[in-house]
Amino acid sequence: MSIKVTIDGKEVSARDGDNIIDVAAENGVYIPSLCYVKGKPCLGTCRTCSVKVNGNVMAACTIPVAEGMEIEVNEPEVTDMRKALVELLFSEGNHNCPSCEKSGRCELQATGYEVDMMVSRFPYRFTPRVVDHSSKTIFLQRDRCIFCQRCVDMIRDEKTGEKIFSIKGRGTHARIEIDTDLANEMSPQQVREASDLCPVGCIIDSTQGYDDPIGKRKFEVKTIRDRALERTHR
Amino acid sequence: MSHAHKKDEILSHDLPATPLDPKTQAIRDAKIQVAMIGFCGCWGCTLSFLDMDEGLLELLEKVNITRSSMTDTKRIPGRMALGFIEGGIANSENIEVLEEYRENCDVLISVGACAVWGGVPAMRNVVPLEECFREAYIDSPTAVPSAKKVIPFHEDLPIITTTVKPLHEVVKIDYFIPGCPPDGGAILKVLDDLVNGRGFDLPSSMNRYD
Repeated sequence: MSIKVTIDGKEVSARDGDNIIDVAAENGVYIPSLCYVKGKPCLGTCRTCSVKVNGNVMAACTIPVAEGMEIEVNEPEVTDMRKALVELLFSEGNHNCPSCEKSGRCELQATGYEVDMMVSRFPYRFTPRVVDHSSKTIFLQRDRCIFCQRCVDMIRDEKTGEKIFSIKGRGTHARIEIDTDLANEMSPQQVREASDLCPVGCIIDSTQGYDDPIGKRKFEVKTIRDRALERTHR
Repeated sequence: MSHAHKKDEILSHDLPATPLDPKTQAIRDAKIQVAMIGFCGCWGCTLSFLDMDEGLLELLEKVNITRSSMTDTKRIPGRMALGFIEGGIANSENIEVLEEYRENCDVLISVGACAVWGGVPAMRNVVPLEECFREAYIDSPTAVPSAKKVIPFHEDLPIITTTVKPLHEVVKIDYFIPGCPPDGGAILKVLDDLVNGRGFDLPSSMNRYD
């Protein structure tokens, strides 16, 4: 069923039940997101897609559109909130882009550019996080994890459906864990899928290094904004 | 460490120097005054500054670079419009010099990953300082076997800070150019805007963190 909503004051039609990120993208409005994957159940963990819905701040990936909904995306206050959320992620983990294999194809980095982040307004914490190299297929670079939980929900053992990744501990003690035995059973395709799904450089395919030269890397060839809009804007 | 020195010491910038001819001096004085410095980093951002290529010639029509690693001037000679700083804060001398830049420059720009958030030198921040010293001077695999193993400590040596800090955690910084190093083009865009009275505007297409 087709309904009408407004995005930044402009009336658009949308399919009832679609979430705000998809509806906005179909109408050429980019909303950054680090946990939402189109076609998969929403996780709502990163909050980077926060927008104003009828005046209230909400995560766009979690909200299905409804008739008459007034959505504000590029409104100054909520735009700055999204930027602050990205800055928080940069100061919470250790995001050393110059030494990261994922640089140039990292969604967090690409989103930092989209929200015009030059520096984080929050103090950089430099929390020591232990790297896990116990699996043969995957290097787990915990410094870079943003706890989006994409891998936890979407990457499962192909035979049993068991989770391969999990989050252990709470709050500042939380850390991403990998089931080494299950990880060693992963096919090269599934390893690559997990590595590509990770929005940062936390899940590193052990066979993949700095493969693409600077200037030819994923988000340099096409920005994350253009990719997000292209996926739905046909 | 302090810039105040003992009476019997003579520092290079206190030595008598032949003044420039008045005409050249007048031309330089009329320009926008810029001071540069590199703290804990690799001077890669200064190399990127040189990467502005012919853009540099046009810029130099408008600006006069005073203290910098290229001019080898050791002191800021007066009031500066711009301070261009790369590198993170890793020791007591860095802090002192950064404060001197803040006092003498109208606008300070943090250039490059090290200045903006600590960068590569800040990789030591997750390791206790004592362990860093131990690895570098005591258990170093490249240490000369016969040499006495000692962690350097002397009143003339700057004290190493516990962690490498971004500049804006020590003094107020006006603008940031991320990148490791930033492109010459990004540096040119920012400096050209500022010396021509336009505001800071680094578009996302030119912003890079690596």
